[in-house]
Amino acid sequence: MDKLIISPAPHVHSGDSISKNMQAVILALMPAYLVALYFFGLGALIVSITAMLSCVLFEYLIQRFLFNGLITINDGSAALTGLLLAFNLPSNLPVWIIIVGSLVAIGIAKMSFGGLGNNPFNPALVARVFLLISFPVAMTSWPVPSPFNTQYLDAITAPTTLRNLNFGVVPNTMDLLIGNIGGSMGEVSGIALLIGFAFLLFKRIITWHIPISILATVAVFIFLLRMANPLNYIVSPVDYLLSGGLLLGAIFMATDYVTSPMTKRGMIIYGVGIGLITVIIRISGVYPEGISFAILIMNAFTPLINTYIKPQRFGERIKIN
Amino acid sequence: MYSILLRKISVGPMKTFRLGGIHPPENKLSAGKKIQLANIPNQVAIPLVHYIGAPAEAIVAKGDRVLVGQLIGKATGYVSANVHASVSGKVAKIDVQLDASGYKRQAVFIDVEGDEWMDAIDRTEAVKRDCTFTKSEIIQKIADAGIVGLGGATFPTHVKLNPPPGKKAKVLLINAVECESYLTCDHQLMMEKGEEIMVGITILMKALEVDRAVIGIENNKKDAVKYFRELAKTFNGIEIVPLKVQYPQGGEKQLIDAILGRQVPSGALPIEVGAVVQNVGTTFSVYEAVQKNKPLFERIMTVTGKSATNPGNYLVRLGTMLSEVVEQAGGIPKDTGKIVGGGPMMGRSLMTLEVPMAKGSAGVLFIQNLESLRKGMQNCIRCTKCVTACPMGLEPYLLMNQSEREMWSDMERNRTMDCIECGSCSYVCPSNRPLLDYIRFGKTSVGAIIRARK
Repeated sequence: MDKLIISPAPHVHSGDSISKNMQAVILALMPAYLVALYFFGLGALIVSITAMLSCVLFEYLIQRFLFNGLITINDGSAALTGLLLAFNLPSNLPVWIIIVGSLVAIGIAKMSFGGLGNNPFNPALVARVFLLISFPVAMTSWPVPSPFNTQYLDAITAPTTLRNLNFGVVPNTMDLLIGNIGGSMGEVSGIALLIGFAFLLFKRIITWHIPISILATVAVFIFLLRMANPLNYIVSPVDYLLSGGLLLGAIFMATDYVTSPMTKRGMIIYGVGIGLITVIIRISGVYPEGISFAILIMNAFTPLINTYIKPQRFGERIKIN
Repeated sequence: MYSILLRKISVGPMKTFRLGGIHPPENKLSAGKKIQLANIPNQVAIPLVHYIGAPAEAIVAKGDRVLVGQLIGKATGYVSANVHASVSGKVAKIDVQLDASGYKRQAVFIDVEGDEWMDAIDRTEAVKRDCTFTKSEIIQKIADAGIVGLGGATFPTHVKLNPPPGKKAKVLLINAVECESYLTCDHQLMMEKGEEIMVGITILMKALEVDRAVIGIENNKKDAVKYFRELAKTFNGIEIVPLKVQYPQGGEKQLIDAILGRQVPSGALPIEVGAVVQNVGTTFSVYEAVQKNKPLFERIMTVTGKSATNPGNYLVRLGTMLSEVVEQAGGIPKDTGKIVGGGPMMGRSLMTLEVPMAKGSAGVLFIQNLESLRKGMQNCIRCTKCVTACPMGLEPYLLMNQSEREMWSDMERNRTMDCIECGSCSYVCPSNRPLLDYIRFGKTSVGAIIRARK
């Protein structure tokens, strides 16, 4: 100790880091990933690896050649974006479309705003919506789940539960829970996503406010519609929550740190907004699923929410015991 | 109501403050270590300033002989405290001396000759329980003895005991929380001088004319809770409240919220909700000053660190160089990268140990090489951890952004002046952002603007 270090307080740190948070989210996605590998087999493996590798590669190239050369791919955020993007894609998507999606996610949605922490919209969802609009057929032909599938581009396809609902087919709750349904590779299994949610809550990576307010809003909304018009809305609220990408969106996409509000009260407003917009798009929009659009729309409101919704200040309301 | 209920579910039945808070590793390495007398050095440099308030004016000159406990510096304003000789001997000089805050300040240097105390000081060990003085006599004695808050802020105690006109204290809170990691000086003092502290509390109650006092103790000091509950049986109106371990519970506003469930409004003093808070160490000094005529010229300090050979609690005379205390405690560990005066969350890092012991010095902490360097700062990922941790309900991420851009009026609107500088935001930040550094910087500018407006 020839030299002493001088710095302002505090002199200790919790040891928390960006990579620890990202790793925890990736770990929380693993149950859903395993289910995807089981039901969609080879296709899921190819889609996820392509998305993760290309996202990391694009981030590296942009930081290396367009930014100041400081490489931060080790923090895990690009890999997480890739994995989340893959979760939002059908498992029979051609590789080149996935790479285009990764370029949109990292290049346009994230790095063009200055990289991690500066993007106003969730990168994985921007890419998904971009692909959905650009390649509507490829993005809406979902492979039929079959254990240890070795088919990839040649997989047999079928509509998702939400599409079926419009034709009056009521889903089986058990299939929705375990994931034995058509859909994007990561969104099918309710139980696996809920295990991830419990893990994130336990590790205090996220709080309950955003997911629960989204799910509660959707459940209440569909329940009211069902009361008003039982013939048109045959699906039960529970099945409705388990259908489509709602759980994946509410638990993993809407809770993205960068694009969600900073206060608990703000998170609830944000969640209720996502829930309302989701149901409106689902019942009267062109697309069967609305959660991606709903999250992106509410992402745009996040700065406004942060400006007007402040945390409860100390001493603001004096309570007398 | 809803937030209180939720808090109850998440923290359990034990009391604590309601907003934010963190729980760093406690590392109370010197807990239970008996208080040892620090050696009296050959020369002391007694500071005439103790961070807050006007400096005392030296009333001795070079060559004067002084006794232990003799007044050497006289308070010069209302918020100012007397300074007494901590040793006997000859005044060598009155000169500037680098102190723990990193500034050079006036100090009285005394060459030590023997250890001769003033006759008026009662040096017997017997606990004197009956206090016959009146309210104003007590406050005068406390002022004469130069007592300041020993929790760290060193605010003169007699000022706190004189509430502004129209305000009346209803309850006295004793801060025995010691929420900083590593530090154990208050805990050990409580275990060894429990009865004296209780008498000190009754004296302070008399000075404030209140009939209720509450001692808040964090529940990691179960032995102290038990001991004080036993002691409280023989005193009237003193309650013990164990508190859930959570930093920064020792903050004045947090402690009041934890114990009374009332939040002091922004910019107001605790007296606004009828409370006066005193540190447990201060209470002991009040006892000594009033019952034993002993001015404040020594205090207990913890010397500790993960690699310290002999972490312990020492009774040190003011003006002793920290290096001499450290020498007695086994020297500086080899792998030390940083030395902190005080606790790890709010202490100051020291440039050198050649600084004198002051009234607010609660500890010397050695931080190992590995822990002493900050990691590189990364982008804010807006994870909300700083907002959740802030005990004042502020948005540290936003204040840092605004401070970087010198947006002073926005900072003021976002209540930056409420920040108590506890460091919880910087502690939890996964991107290692220096949130508190920037907020402090902003507070300085915003504070200057507010003062200029008056």
